[in-house]
Amino acid sequence: MSESAMNSTYERPTSTWKFLLSELKPRGNPWTIFNMISVPTVIVATVIIIIRFVYGLSAVSNVTQTMPWGLWKGFNVVTGVAFAGGAYVLTFMVYILGLEKYKPLVRVTVLNGFLAYTFYAIALILDLGKPWNIINPIIGNSFGTSSILFLVAWHFMLYIVAQLIEFSPTVAEWLGSERARRNLKRLTIGAVVFGITLSTLHQSGLGALFLMAKGKIHPLWYSEFIPTLFFISSIFAGLSMVIFQGSILQKIFAYQLDKHSDENHNIMIRGLSRVCAIAMFVYFFLKIVDAVHNHSLGYLMTPMGVWYMIEMIGFVLAPMLLFVRGVRLGTPFTIKLASIMTLIGIVLNRMNVSVIAFRWDEIPRYIPTWMEITVTVAILFVQIWIFRWILHRMPVLRTMESMTATSKP
Amino acid sequence: MSIDRREFLKTLGVAGASLSGASALGKSKQEPDQEEFYAILHDISLCEGCQECEFACAAANNLPEPDDYPDFEVKRTLKPDQYSVINAVETSIGEVYTKQQCMHCAQPACASACLTQAMHKQEEGPVTWTEGKCMGCRYCMVSCPFDIPQFEFDDNNPKIGKCQMCFDKLKEGEVPACVANCPAEALTFGKRSEILAEAHRRILEDPGSYVDHVYGEYEAGGTSWLNVSPVPFEELGFKTDLETKPYPELTKGFLYSVPSVFVLWPALLMGLREATKKEENEVVEGGDHE
Repeated sequence: MSESAMNSTYERPTSTWKFLLSELKPRGNPWTIFNMISVPTVIVATVIIIIRFVYGLSAVSNVTQTMPWGLWKGFNVVTGVAFAGGAYVLTFMVYILGLEKYKPLVRVTVLNGFLAYTFYAIALILDLGKPWNIINPIIGNSFGTSSILFLVAWHFMLYIVAQLIEFSPTVAEWLGSERARRNLKRLTIGAVVFGITLSTLHQSGLGALFLMAKGKIHPLWYSEFIPTLFFISSIFAGLSMVIFQGSILQKIFAYQLDKHSDENHNIMIRGLSRVCAIAMFVYFFLKIVDAVHNHSLGYLMTPMGVWYMIEMIGFVLAPMLLFVRGVRLGTPFTIKLASIMTLIGIVLNRMNVSVIAFRWDEIPRYIPTWMEITVTVAILFVQIWIFRWILHRMPVLRTMESMTATSKP
Repeated sequence: MSIDRREFLKTLGVAGASLSGASALGKSKQEPDQEEFYAILHDISLCEGCQECEFACAAANNLPEPDDYPDFEVKRTLKPDQYSVINAVETSIGEVYTKQQCMHCAQPACASACLTQAMHKQEEGPVTWTEGKCMGCRYCMVSCPFDIPQFEFDDNNPKIGKCQMCFDKLKEGEVPACVANCPAEALTFGKRSEILAEAHRRILEDPGSYVDHVYGEYEAGGTSWLNVSPVPFEELGFKTDLETKPYPELTKGFLYSVPSVFVLWPALLMGLREATKKEENEVVEGGDHE
């Protein structure tokens, strides 16, 4: 993806090509545990995808006539987009509110968001029965303009472009073109404003997709306010991802970071934890008001009700309190634990709405095949590969100056 | 398919507006006069479960003939290659036969869900599916309150199978195959207003033989397929907890809010940015990150 940005903004002197070729080579020890798991997984997934396109979806997937959307839509698309919400929240904080202290997190979060959206689009295509017809809602020979999915699809595409623009100055720096960087930088604020607007609409739009499934989704999860709930939860889902991912990157990419980085990182995640805690409080409150309003509290003592309480108390209320505690005591461990629990809670919520509480009364229940799970995981692995490749090479976590200083021993 | 200039411009306009979700407000979405739709009445008290309609349906749509028969111990279901099924149901008055197929809603959830207009409500009444437009996203299946569209999961170029109310025959002035071939005259075809009046007339003239409910008059906001029955519809396994307003209404609130967000957000965001701007930012503007 980044290649296309380069081509459009650069004349290509031979030296740039040589540089690119040298950058394409893998670096470091290839025999890491992650590689030994991810490489075979992706190979198996490739075979599964071939089988899927030759013999049809049912050859690899357990989706049925009454359960038409399975793991690929429920996890890779609906859940993944919530996780990628950090990009719009952070750009809002930094570029709109001018909270400069979070600036070191922006590039890596936008990059992650961009890759996430790109790979969820790929997951979506794998799931389409006639993917070649995806051109129809794009070129305009048949616009289904009253469709929420049409809206979401377009906002998806436009947002990928907005994120690419937001990230493009980094690519320009990497390639060493100051002029391109300056020009691309001018586009940032426009892309940010456009991106936040699009995010507001498609994060909530993903929830709105399920509005017509009234009666198919368990009343504890179906709500006419599902778009609002999806939007609010995308705020703390995205920020929890930023916190969680940050704590991993601090370790793996320690060689790129200076000695104050840990300290600064802890200050930033404390600030983000406050935002998370407040958003989660609002979300929790709204969920209760909604349940009372829908008269669905009577279901609480049923098995689905217990499942609902596990989600709401164990993975919304508990991490919210942990965030508050982590901020009070200033303990990064508590905050990281809270972010992991929040992420699990988001997986539960999105999977509940789209898969688990969807046709909760149907027998037999939909359970994804090992092949669906393999593909889901493989998509994440490839995304991490590319993420890793870029982080090792481009000035995402560090500045260009520090890069040239360290990379030439 | 030919498309004239005006139609093309209209599409462009609608497309542009829809990016901001304005189509929900647009005139182009105005429903054709519902009373002029065609409709079909299935009188369950007359149905003998002979399956003639199923065979006629299979022949008219080039589908394989059904190889099983109604049996109250087995619930037969729609399939991608079976658009209509007769089921035997054991009820308080004995065995009766139900017919399941697309209900052809006046304002179909599937058509409103479809992002390519592959599912489309024709002015004549049928809800049709166009293969060349369909992406196979199956959002129509998620949205349909009756679970009608059937997807060929075992095909690498899958189709959606559902009753099209014999749209081709309708255009030729013929009646749908199932109606034409029903020996028991349990199926009646006509304009929806007339068919609805006929349904109510049957109930009024013989209140002992029917429950006072025309299934499809209000279900999902009204459908082009109507049923009258000698036993309550719950007993027959019909969905009785459906909305009485059209399903697309459920998304209308969200679609209405989209243009407001699109207009308000950028203004608000730019305003916020100016309001929170620090003086030194102006110097840093365009500077490198960190």
